[in-house]
Amino acid sequence: MVRVYNWLFPHPLLTLILAVVWVLLQNDVTAGMVVFGIILGIIIPRITAVWWPDRPKSFRMGKMFTYSLMVLWDIVVSNIHVAWIVITVPNAKLRPAWIVIPLDVKHPEAITVLAGTITLTPGTVSADLSSQGNSLLVHVLHTDDPDAVRDDIKNRYERRLLEIFS
Amino acid sequence: MTLSTIATLGAALSLLIGSGFVLVGVVGLLKFDDPMTRLHAPTKVGTMGIGMLLLASLLASLAKGEPSIHELLIMAFLFVTAPVSANFIAKVTIHRRTCETPPAPQKDSTWSTLDTPDT
Repeated sequence: MVRVYNWLFPHPLLTLILAVVWVLLQNDVTAGMVVFGIILGIIIPRITAVWWPDRPKSFRMGKMFTYSLMVLWDIVVSNIHVAWIVITVPNAKLRPAWIVIPLDVKHPEAITVLAGTITLTPGTVSADLSSQGNSLLVHVLHTDDPDAVRDDIKNRYERRLLEIFS
Repeated sequence: MTLSTIATLGAALSLLIGSGFVLVGVVGLLKFDDPMTRLHAPTKVGTMGIGMLLLASLLASLAKGEPSIHELLIMAFLFVTAPVSANFIAKVTIHRRTCETPPAPQKDSTWSTLDTPDT
């Protein structure tokens, strides 16, 4: 039974995402479309299995969901913050800074999510990864205290990602 | 007040907010003078601006009585791909050294973009 399950769903999360995306693309929730989405969700992971040999072993869906909600909220808050900076702070007083974030997360997937989160929240853009993948280079639009921004990113996002991809 | 009136009003409000953020993003793009700071303006357009415009489209389709959820997909794909293009623009800026040179990383020797073979 377990072997059949593993053969059918080598990557259960990908199967779920593909089925949901297919139904959303059709814009029409009917039983036929759901079944076809699940069929796609079984075929595509089997064909593409070669390209994800070292995927993270555990992935916590519930924590990822709360993380996404938190990031959405942060996007709204920091958008207003950055809009205020754009309108009120003149160029001469703008203090952009590079910050270096030493990474504790090691999974490529987790680093990608962290870098994406940093870029999506306006005011910070992740610019580069160090040659061995141990640090992340982030550009901040306007800050008086670069160390505080670094600690904030580490505590707020990276700690949660460590739990999600543990 | 019927549901469709509320949805129409909501759509109008999110259109206003969304275009406001797009406007601020464009102002930022024109105002900032450094390639790296200029990169910050489009990230705002790409998240709140487009997000609110898509929300308006979603609400408008609800108001018309033919609900559509394609907008959620557009938003999801946009949120996945936007950081990649921002990252590539940043990499080009670092590579061409048109910005302030970034500080060296702590553990590793250099940043991957600057890690080019000598010959």
